[in-house]
Amino acid sequence: MDEIQKSLLEEIAGLHEVPAGAYNIRANGGMAGRNTTANIDIVTKEDKQGIDIIIKPGTKKESIHIPVIISESGLTEMVYNDFYIGEDSDVVIVAGCGIHNGGDKKSQHDGIHSFFVGKNAKVKYVEKHYGKGEGTGERIMNPTTIIEIDEGGYMELETVQIKGVDSTDRVTKATLKEGAKLVVGEKLMTHGSQYARTAFEVDLNGESSSAKVVSRSVAKDESSQIFLAKINGNNKCVGHSECDAIIMDNAKISAIPEINANDLNAELIHEAAIGKIAGEQLLKLMTLGLTEEEAEAHIVNGFLK
Amino acid sequence: MLELRNISFSVDSEKGKKEILKDVSLTIDDNKFIAITGPNGGGKSTLAKIMMGIEKPTSGQIIFNGTDITDMSITERANMGMSFAFQQPVRFKGIKVKDIIKLAAKDNLSTAGICDYLSEVGLCARDYINRDVDGSLSGGELKRIEIATVLARNTELSIFDEPEAGIDLWSFKNLIKVFEKMHKEKEQTIIIISHQERILNIADEIVVIADGTFRAKGKKDDILPELLKGTGGCKFYND
Ligand SMILES: Nc1ncnc2c1ncn2[C@@H]1O[C@H](COP(=O)(O)OP(=O)(O)OP(=O)(O)O)[C@@H](O)[C@H]1O
Ligand SMILES: [Mg+2]
Repeated sequence: MDEIQKSLLEEIAGLHEVPAGAYNIRANGGMAGRNTTANIDIVTKEDKQGIDIIIKPGTKKESIHIPVIISESGLTEMVYNDFYIGEDSDVVIVAGCGIHNGGDKKSQHDGIHSFFVGKNAKVKYVEKHYGKGEGTGERIMNPTTIIEIDEGGYMELETVQIKGVDSTDRVTKATLKEGAKLVVGEKLMTHGSQYARTAFEVDLNGESSSAKVVSRSVAKDESSQIFLAKINGNNKCVGHSECDAIIMDNAKISAIPEINANDLNAELIHEAAIGKIAGEQLLKLMTLGLTEEEAEAHIVNGFLK
Repeated sequence: MLELRNISFSVDSEKGKKEILKDVSLTIDDNKFIAITGPNGGGKSTLAKIMMGIEKPTSGQIIFNGTDITDMSITERANMGMSFAFQQPVRFKGIKVKDIIKLAAKDNLSTAGICDYLSEVGLCARDYINRDVDGSLSGGELKRIEIATVLARNTELSIFDEPEAGIDLWSFKNLIKVFEKMHKEKEQTIIIISHQERILNIADEIVVIADGTFRAKGKKDDILPELLKGTGGCKFYND
């Protein structure tokens, strides 16, 4: 692995070397490293690009790292990853995609991630997207995440895209059975002329299922963002979506929340707020000796932390 | 230390120009503890904001340690040694109590250092340092954190806009000690806007601002009796 690839790996997964536990590193469309454990198997798909990650029932306190890095300009890939999270297991999965585009051709990573979260299993999925490179070629990432949570299962999804991705179209669909719970936290920042669309659709099918989708975003310069969140309450359930956005410069942000109650006992809430940085926040930090630009950076960093 | 020369401030409203401050001149000497008082809406907060550069005067000059700072930014004034505690503390999403105290102190303050400032304003630090400076804190807690940011800055001049508002009685006593320490031990200049007799009592001088004008400045023995006659008969408030 070269220096560029190493720095991408550090940026998206905080890794300085190969991680402990199970991992699969995908670099420029090929496998750059893999490790399986007694409880976690990783198998290359035969019919298409991608892997199956199979976690045995009862696996506790194990982590899986599956970073994807692209440093070759002009590479376009479509990857299918399926995650089978066994019953009663408790694991952390760290994914992420880093593109370094030094050329003038577009580099694109599209992924379809399917999660089958078993009964009473608990999984935390962390995904960080990052782009850099001096080239003029676009850096594009379009992740689709399909989630099925069985009875009593729990999934936490943490996604971060702070820098350098020119265009992203993110789709997350989840269906929840009885007592299942989904918590999503999304952090997004766009700058330059970037575009990001993020769409959530959650079906709360089981009794006492619940979902909380929280997005915090900042749009700078000429960038634009669209946030869609649709929660369908099809049983006695609790659903909550929240979009909180800071708009700057000439950016554009749309938030389109939708909640559908199809059951008398569905409790659904959506909140959406878009606004510029409060002037008084800038003033306060300036009275502490910060310049306006420094104050702005602190407010944005804090908001996305 | 700080001199205001013929400060006027007006804003455009639907009914035309509204004069909020009219030709206010005031000199504050080094190491003084000054209390500014007067009726609600009299223009005290506006005057304090003009000192700090948060508002720009329509006319007049501000001199700080011999330098004309009228056209200087808030940041420049802050870095020259001025601090300001807001009457209504600002809330932030995602900025923690320890972050804001560190920013104020401008150096890599240890956790113990942060805690010292918080305990000075009567907050049990461990419970607070990792909390966000947002609406989840009570009004009194926010107010104390606001005061702690000014303590952490440790500047030549500190301006407090009604620091006692929303602070309970017990803490108020300790707060007074904090101001006295800044003044006596550290020899800093303090300007406090206040309606509290106990603060007026410990001030070197009291300034009365009413209806956008400067009414009086003097020792408490000269000013307090007039003020305490009540608004009904107070010459400063009524003429
Ligand atoms: N930007 C503004 N636009 C319009 N009116 C303003 C503005 N700023 C202040 N005022 C008005 O100017 C007057 C003085 O306000 P200021 O806040 O300075 O009073 P104060 O003496 O601090 O009062 P208090 O004791 O209630 O804090 C008030 O009538 C207020 O409504
Ligand atoms: Mg006021």
